[in-house]
Amino acid sequence: MVKYIIKRILISLLILLGVSIFLYFLVRLMPVNYIRDQYYATHGQSDSSEEELYRFLQMYGLHDNSFGGIISGYWGWLTKVFHGDFGKSFIDNQPVGQKIFNNMGVSFSISFVSLILQMIIAIPLGIKSACNQYGKLDYTVTVLTMIGMSFPTFFFGSIVIKIFAVDLGWFEVGGLHTATLPKNATWFESTVDLLWHMVMPMFVLVILSIGSLMRYTRTNTLEVLNADYIRTARAKGLSEKTVVYKHVFRNTLIPLVTTLAGTLPGLFGGAMITETMFDLPGIGSLAYTALTKGDIPFIMAYNMFLAVLTVIGVLLSDLMYAVVDPRVKLGK
Amino acid sequence: MEEKKISEMEEEVVATAQTLEGAETEVSQPTEEDLHGENLTDRVKVLSPMATVMKRFFRSKLSIVGLVVIIALFLFSFVGPWFSQWYDGGGRSLVDQTPRVSVDEVAITYIVENADGTKEKFTTYEIVMTENSHFVKGDISWKHLLGTNERGEDIFTNLMLGGRVSLTIGFVVVILQTLLGVLLGGLAGYFGGWVDQLIMRICDILYCIPTLPIMLILSAIFNEVNTVWKLYYMMGILCLIGWAGTARLVRGQILSLREQDFMLAAKASGLSTFSKIFKHLMPNVMPQLIVTMTLGLGQIILTEATLGFLGIGAPLGTPTWGAMIEYANDTAYLEGYPNFWLPAGVCITAAILAFNFVGDGLRDAFDPKMKR
Repeated sequence: MVKYIIKRILISLLILLGVSIFLYFLVRLMPVNYIRDQYYATHGQSDSSEEELYRFLQMYGLHDNSFGGIISGYWGWLTKVFHGDFGKSFIDNQPVGQKIFNNMGVSFSISFVSLILQMIIAIPLGIKSACNQYGKLDYTVTVLTMIGMSFPTFFFGSIVIKIFAVDLGWFEVGGLHTATLPKNATWFESTVDLLWHMVMPMFVLVILSIGSLMRYTRTNTLEVLNADYIRTARAKGLSEKTVVYKHVFRNTLIPLVTTLAGTLPGLFGGAMITETMFDLPGIGSLAYTALTKGDIPFIMAYNMFLAVLTVIGVLLSDLMYAVVDPRVKLGK
Repeated sequence: MEEKKISEMEEEVVATAQTLEGAETEVSQPTEEDLHGENLTDRVKVLSPMATVMKRFFRSKLSIVGLVVIIALFLFSFVGPWFSQWYDGGGRSLVDQTPRVSVDEVAITYIVENADGTKEKFTTYEIVMTENSHFVKGDISWKHLLGTNERGEDIFTNLMLGGRVSLTIGFVVVILQTLLGVLLGGLAGYFGGWVDQLIMRICDILYCIPTLPIMLILSAIFNEVNTVWKLYYMMGILCLIGWAGTARLVRGQILSLREQDFMLAAKASGLSTFSKIFKHLMPNVMPQLIVTMTLGLGQIILTEATLGFLGIGAPLGTPTWGAMIEYANDTAYLEGYPNFWLPAGVCITAAILAFNFVGDGLRDAFDPKMKR
């Protein structure tokens, strides 16, 4: 087991190295003019800003766009990363690592709460609809979840904003708090205000991602329902309730736990479109700004952060598989 | 009710009677005539695997709905424009030259902090009247079914033309991606060894690269291209990074298939590697491939739309569904002109939903374990 984990981690490091090379070359293909324009757009153009930009570019080895220049730039970036330095953001001159760390909390709490809500709704629905396969409930739930899965985030978000914020005026779009919230607001007031702002983004996130989890649960439950031990359980004369909730449910959890463990690291990465639409200060919206402004240090750090999360997620779900299901043995 | 039950039972018998080749025998309902002295064999006809799949596919209502929607969307986009009086014969809607005064309401909100620390919010409204030489931002009428956009073009016609670009992109990208995936996955699975290692590690790398940020970087790279070609370039690169999933699927299938007896037979007959891979292995991977391709189509259309919404695909107002939904990003249009973005969004959602339905139906139809 330990040997297996070590081997997997080593392969992961190799993959991350490949990802970083790919990303760096791609980022360096961005025309310098573009970065310059965007830099001036944020900082205002003056003689000092030009000097500053050049200093920046030189610091990160970005001034030379020839092939050799890119390679030496990459080498510089890599050695700095090994010292834990991801550079400073072009936009506000803050250390990038710090910036990601500070905004991770918002993204994670939003995604985590929405994941919990999804599980509460999707898993029972999935099991119910598998138990009544091809019944009325199954069809309704399947069609509805398929519609939810097919809705593009931004389109659903736009409709929600249009109906609930603009036409009905129930909620306010933008940020975590109302701008007119007084400074001396009590803890209770500000929490209620926060929750009020969370309703719409949460609604969008949950409705749109419920579908895949529900369908996954349904497929797995169907597989379990066809297993021999379920027939045995029924033959013993157990009630349908006991069969479903004790035997089926527990076995359905095996693949669910592994996939959910796999998605856990991804929760830190933020939901770019939802965060941007609802103006939430998470990593996703920060990354969107950085990407449109040509903020190279942040773009590199953010994408590497996502890659690390993906690698950890895959590893975690494989390991969880062995932990949850004693029949699975890792190795080879 | 009774009759239905019997037919269901018969179908189950049919499903168990499947032979190894996947052929299915169908027992037709005994009618009055059949009962009078006819052989059983007359009532049994053998279905080819393809016919079995088709039969199962059309048994599901959702698949039929999906298929109908897809055909409708295709007719709408490729045939529809010819019936519109605003179609210019190329890729755009004609501009309605009727002069029109457009009235816009601009809301500006600002927050003032009072001396005692409380904050107040004010909103001022500015009414802007513009005299235009074109029929700008026209209302919904019989002449313009969805009104006109800010350049005086007919939105309904643009919607139809937009479907052409979006659907074509979907098909082209999916086909290219699949070809690449099949080629590389096939090589990895068939040869194994270092070829497999290399290709699979590249797959792992591509798997770790997030699509949306890459698209935003690409948008900066192609910043100077200001036509619909920017979208084409970006989707082209999407093909180059999107094949990993297909390659994995193909490799996994081939790894299990190449151990089977028919491959030993193929080897014994001295067939060339090419024909072994593409004539004997590939047809067995086809079912899964078709399903992934169908589901992938929806994903590509979604990606195109996302690029449009973020304003990094085709330029604003180009007739593609993605570029049309970009209006939703602008508060003024989001609030005041739903006819600019809502129809495009509905079309995108309908297309994705339809491809999901069909893909799901195909998956169930191809699955030999499914019996119903």
